[in-house]
Amino acid sequence: MPELRVLLKNIDVPNQKDLAVYEQDQGYATLRKAREQTPDEVIEIVKTAGLRGRGGAGFPTGIKWSFVPKDPNLEKYLVCNCDESEPGTFKDRVIIEKDPHQLIEGIAIASYAIGAKKAFIYSRGEFYEGIHILQAAVDEAKAKSHLGDLDIVVHTGAGAYIAGEETAQLDSLEGRKAQPRSKPPFPAIAGLYGKPTVVNNVETLCNAVHIVKNGAEWFQSIGKERNNGTKIFQISGHVKKPGVVELPLGTTLREVIFEHAGGMLDGRTFKAVFPGGSSCSLLTEKDLDVEMDFDSLAKLKTMLGTASLIVMDDSADMVKVAHRLMEFYQNESCGKCTPCREGTRWMVQVLERILSGEGTQSDLDLILNVCDDMAANSFCPLAVGAAPPVISSVVNFREEFEAYVQKNPNADKPREMKVKAYI
Amino acid sequence: MLSEKAKNSILKLQDKYPVKRSALLPALHVAQAEIGYLPQKVQQEVADLFDLNVTEVHSVVTFYDMFFEEPTGKHLLHVCKNISCMLRGSDEVIAKFRAKLGLKPGEKTTGDKQFTLVASECLAACDRAPMMIANDKVIGPIEEKDIDSIIEETKKMDGHPCPVPNIDIERGASH
Repeated sequence: MPELRVLLKNIDVPNQKDLAVYEQDQGYATLRKAREQTPDEVIEIVKTAGLRGRGGAGFPTGIKWSFVPKDPNLEKYLVCNCDESEPGTFKDRVIIEKDPHQLIEGIAIASYAIGAKKAFIYSRGEFYEGIHILQAAVDEAKAKSHLGDLDIVVHTGAGAYIAGEETAQLDSLEGRKAQPRSKPPFPAIAGLYGKPTVVNNVETLCNAVHIVKNGAEWFQSIGKERNNGTKIFQISGHVKKPGVVELPLGTTLREVIFEHAGGMLDGRTFKAVFPGGSSCSLLTEKDLDVEMDFDSLAKLKTMLGTASLIVMDDSADMVKVAHRLMEFYQNESCGKCTPCREGTRWMVQVLERILSGEGTQSDLDLILNVCDDMAANSFCPLAVGAAPPVISSVVNFREEFEAYVQKNPNADKPREMKVKAYI
Repeated sequence: MLSEKAKNSILKLQDKYPVKRSALLPALHVAQAEIGYLPQKVQQEVADLFDLNVTEVHSVVTFYDMFFEEPTGKHLLHVCKNISCMLRGSDEVIAKFRAKLGLKPGEKTTGDKQFTLVASECLAACDRAPMMIANDKVIGPIEEKDIDSIIEETKKMDGHPCPVPNIDIERGASH
């Protein structure tokens, strides 16, 4: 199937980031169209379309917007989550660097729908170029009066994976450590400064523009039931053509990897893939015909996440992969809750022991047990995401872990593995 | 000491937010861009501009990866080590950079204070793996043969810039 470019339609247009060029393809006309309707009508269109959040969780966007209280005397905020930090994820960077006005129009539409007069773009601090492009685009849109009474602040983060979690992002935006808050209350009721706040991903907000422009029925005609629209897939790792590709939700994993990403590097064979960033269970050869959408991947006990495919060939050492990822989660644990803070650290130590040839057979059970307990008892999704890549590596490629263990002359004998909650 | 220009830039940043503390992260970027890093006395100056106890500022500085409490080299090299880059050889790239820069085990900054090398987590450009950010420039895919020229080209840059747009500082005022 050929690529279906909706959000990425204009990214190769020269100077697309300039307002004059953006205006040539109906730029900001959709915002004007939205403002001719009531906010509730706009929310209803997005709800009917069935748009689900593109940042990882897949929560229905229109429903999220509808949770915001209607009281006109209440200050409300929209926060655009542009803290793109999930390993393997690089779609938001493309949008903000190539087509920033598309995002700004989406922010303005969403702000209108929820009654926010102030919006924030929380960009990760490492997006040097993107932040400057966004600021210039906001200034231009404002100068040409596209934004009306909406004020958009481009905010610079400072390097913390956890700041991508929506409540941690709010704490960070308040000038604190990025640590998650307990829910409820959800941000739509008590978010930034305790006021009703909607946090939406960059890709989600861009989708809102096209839904309001083309209608809910158009959106529903793309993809599958409950999994409508296109998705920007990002493919990295051992493929010939790493990059972004926009396809309807429900495109098979095989098609994404072997048609759109050019397949595996010459002379190598497919081994495994993390289908939705690193915080999910990996899939293997037998799963290649799965349809890449929220529900189909959930059925395989993994997830669409950010739709970032990290593809591995036969050269990948799964023990090193598991160790590197767990080291990442350890580095990024905010330290608020014990299961995550101690669990990730403990796992790194066990995996280091195995890598250095000092592991034992019981270490493999230990990994599965600690991962289970960590994911089941942690405060926020960080540790919930840290467990599946490691558990699925051990379960699917146990012989690789055992080969390391066998290097230890004092290792105990192989035995049955015990897996509890996951897989 | 922060210059008046930097202080004014910080005050202007505060005006953008309903609650001024929200400008703390951008403000620390401004202070770091001017001084080069964030020593205790600069954290105190920033705290004063926010009417905060310096402990609060310190907790933020130490939480985020982009802030440095110790002096860094003039140029920052963030080489990604996360999974997509690792699969494409980032371990070798990092080892090669360390060797070329003459960094001993445990060292991050070169003796001539020109470079600080950070093995970084995912920088969201995995299509270019193995990749890096030299000051503010995204580079990748990196091949081992490119490393000398990357180092030479980076030397020609002005140093590590502030990620916050439209600010006015006196670079290296009291560095």
